[in-house]
Order: sequence, then C-alpha cells, then structure tokens
Amino acid sequence: MSEPLRLAIPQGSLFEETLDLLDALDVDTSRLRSDSRALLFAGDAFTLVTMRPSDVPTYVEAGAVDLGITGKDVLIEQQERLVYELLDLGYGQCRMVVATRTADHSADDLERRLGAIRIATKYPRTASRYFEERGRQAEVIEVKGSVELAPISGLADGIVDLTATGRTLRENGLEIREVVANCTARLVANRVAHKLRQEEIDALVERIGAR
Amino acid sequence: MRACGQAMSNYLIPPGTRDILPDEMRELRALSTVLLETFLRFGYGEVWTPTMEYEDVLVRGDERAAGVSYRLFDEHGHVLALRPDMTIPIARLVSSRYGKADPPFRLCYLSHAYRAVRPQRGQQREFLQAGVELIGVDAPEGTVEVLEVLCAALDAAGLTRARIGLGDAGLYRGLLETVGVAEAPRSKALEALERHDFVALDAEIRRLDLDPAKLDVLISLPQLRGGAEVIERAIALGGEDTKSATARLRETAEGIERRGIAGRVIFDLGLVRDLGYYSGAIFEVYDPALGHVIGAGGRYDDLLGRFGRPLPACGFALFVERVHVAQAEEERR
Repeated sequence: MSEPLRLAIPQGSLFEETLDLLDALDVDTSRLRSDSRALLFAGDAFTLVTMRPSDVPTYVEAGAVDLGITGKDVLIEQQERLVYELLDLGYGQCRMVVATRTADHSADDLERRLGAIRIATKYPRTASRYFEERGRQAEVIEVKGSVELAPISGLADGIVDLTATGRTLRENGLEIREVVANCTARLVANRVAHKLRQEEIDALVERIGAR
Repeated sequence: MRACGQAMSNYLIPPGTRDILPDEMRELRALSTVLLETFLRFGYGEVWTPTMEYEDVLVRGDERAAGVSYRLFDEHGHVLALRPDMTIPIARLVSSRYGKADPPFRLCYLSHAYRAVRPQRGQQREFLQAGVELIGVDAPEGTVEVLEVLCAALDAAGLTRARIGLGDAGLYRGLLETVGVAEAPRSKALEALERHDFVALDAEIRRLDLDPAKLDVLISLPQLRGGAEVIERAIALGGEDTKSATARLRETAEGIERRGIAGRVIFDLGLVRDLGYYSGAIFEVYDPALGHVIGAGGRYDDLLGRFGRPLPACGFALFVERVHVAQAEEERR
C-alpha cells in the first residue's frame, strides 16, 4: 500500500492554479512547469498525470488514477460516472449559462412560436437536462469548436456554454440570459481508492482544507 | 490457443455480452468451482432458478424494479423479465418451496444475471455471479456468518489483499431523523450521499437550521471509514445521536472481532447501495488491483415478508468475471 497516490492534473485553464495548489502542499511541480511533453511524473508522495479535464472522470472511475482534479462543468456533463466528489477547491470559478444574441429577444419569441429553441453546445447532456427539467423543449446541437459561432451564423438560436468573465460572449455579440450552474474545480476520488487508501486521502483533503 | 487473424465473417453479438474461449473459460471454470466449493463447505446448498421470471414477481421484491432491464412477452401475453440478480428469485423460491420447512436456509448459486449497460463503459449486460443467501438468521449472527463465508471465498480465489467495506443502509437516514431534519432536506441530503457528492452534501447540511455541533456531526460522520475504531469516533463525535444510529454496526463489529476477520473489514459510515430491498448491514468488496467493486451484498430483512414468509436474511454476490480480472492483476504484481 506504499505506492504513491496517482493524481490526475487537468490541462488547460485549471492547470496553473492546480500546480499552485500542489506547490502549497510541498509537491514538486517544476517538471510539470517545464516544457516537457511527458504526461506522467513520478514522485514520492504522488504520481502526477496530466490529461484533458473531460478525461479525468473516465480515468478516476476506472481506477487508472486514484484521485483527480477537474471542473464541476465536466462532472455535471458526465453525471453518470461513479466518482466520489470530495472537495470544492474554490478556484476556476465560472458559470454555465444560456446565452443568445445581444438585444435580440427573438429567441424567446421563437421558442414560443416554434415550441422549441435550438441550442448549440459542447455540453449536450447538461443542456438537454436543463431544458427538460424546466419542461421546455430544446433541440440540442453538439459542436466541438467555438460555440459562439452558432447563433451568429444562424445554426442555433442560443448556446449553453461556460464563461468566466463573459468577454468572449460580449465580443461575439452574445449576452447571458440564464445561469445553469456555478462551477469551480473539484477534487474527485475513485470509489475503491477512497476506501482502501482512506488515511492518505483524508490527510490530503484535510491539508487542502487547512490551506 | 488464441483466436486470431482476420475474421472470415463477423456476425455481431450485443454490446455487453461476450463469447468465452477455452483459455479464459478454463480459468473461469476453475475460479467458479473454488468459490462454489467454499460455499458448500460452509453448509450452503446450491440452487438453480429460471433465468426469466414473471416481471410482477421481481417487482414485488423491489418496487422500483431498479435492476430489471430486459422484458419480453410469452405466448399468453404475460410479461417476463430477465433476473437482475439472484436475491429476489431466491426469496421467491424460499417462500414457495420451503413454505412449511423450518429455517434457517443456507443456499448458494453460480448464475448469470442481466442489467442494462451504459455504452462504452466496459459494463456487462450478462454477468456471472457467485453468492450465498442465509435466510432465517437475524443480525448480527447472520451477518457475521455471511461475512465469514465471503472472506473464505476471497481467500480461496487468492485475493488476500481484498477488503470488505461494511456500512448500514439506514444509518444516515436514522441520524438525520434523530437530529430532527425535516423530510424535504433529508431526502436532498440522502440524494447527495447516494451520488457520492460530499460537496453537495456539505452545502445541503450547512443550509439546515441546526446548532454547529450537530452540523459538524452530519458532515463528518458519512466520511468516517476505517477499522472498528471509527464507530467509537462516531460516538465521541455525536454522543447519543450517533450511538443509536451505529448500534447495529457495533454489534456486527463485535461479532467480526470474535471470528477473527476484523482485519478484512473496513467500516464505512457513508456507504450506500442503490438496491431498494436492503436494510441494516450493507457491504461492498474491493481489491486494490481493480478500480471497480468486485462484489456486494447486505441484509434484506423485509424482502421475504413481501413474498409472505417474513424471515430475516443476508447474502452477497461476487462478480465472477471481475474477480477473475483482479486475480490476473494480482498475479502480475
């Protein structure tokens, strides 16, 4: 049981603050901060593995890593993954929102007249669930790239997307209509590791909490 | 002999089902035999029940019909369903076949069960279970006996590092009631716990109008897991409130200690299982080589009553294919 805990580190917007958190816990992050192309960094207390945030629940659920850090947006979208959500880490604050074109209320009108609203999103399950729970009909269109393009080009009436400052939305002539969820970075654990490596995981949770 | 090469013609089988070829089958057969022999050695008799049952009968066992996924009509228009586990069929069997016989009944099985799968998750629609049911012996004696059989089965399979997580299905609900949490927030808190979402649980509890000491108990207790000392820690934390909630777990702990299997068991005060018929002790089986549970079980003291033969009962099922994967991983170490 003395193997180091394996911890998934999210690449992208949560990366820097996650490394700052690890520094505060006296975990050496210098190799991750260097320009290395490596994905796995062995250490004494932790083996750190970098991956896309949306892959974190997959690796954690399967037990390929014991713990992971990812955004609440990812956990909401992949709600069916069985992982233990242990801590709200506080950083990476952003909102999942419904946005439509600025000063254009025709989306409401269209929803009323056509019975459904067309929504482009990278979070199809979150968007579908949000409208279903409110008894509203939505045609959810999954896109992979810049979602803001969809309402500008006429692919969709609105979008469901993540925004931190709202700047990208504004610059593309979109404004927030509804807030679906508030999101921050979360610490998640594999179900088996949560039981079998209880002492180490509880100690880590406590150290992060006391930070 | 390995299956290899380009398929001459490839006729598909449904996702979540598998063909098993001789190399794997030989090992699976050996594992199954070792498990069954262990059950027989403890005086459990093997039974066989139909793969399909009337849906009404399965739903009588678990009104949410949580596990029932595959239904078909027979030639008379009756709805048949593939069994999602063996516990309900055995409850039916005991009340129908042993209606006048004196309990206890010690039964075991090696059977396939059927559940729906989510795509691309490596889940099986058809999976093999090896398990026991002990019917007519109350807690804690019955629970402790079943745990002893489970430990012996894990040893027989060579999984000496495997551990059993032991909790109580009614523990947290009972604590919320004792502390005086109203129905609506209570079910919200329980839902968060069932999702294993401690962040949401924390938020739900902090929203309650309770004194800080009680809030602390409600937040900390479901995170307690470890040796029998966690029960004492729970009582130190919450006094009388947690004393009554953990009373059953405490009795089981004493029994486990007497049988010398305490080192195998992790007490988990936040453990929940999603099947509707569990009451009292619940367990999950873990092996460090695998990220998924390899078995599960618990007490179901109210289930037999739904079939007209009220008797206390307890059992477990090991997921044989997963136990086999764990065996292979342990050998690689």
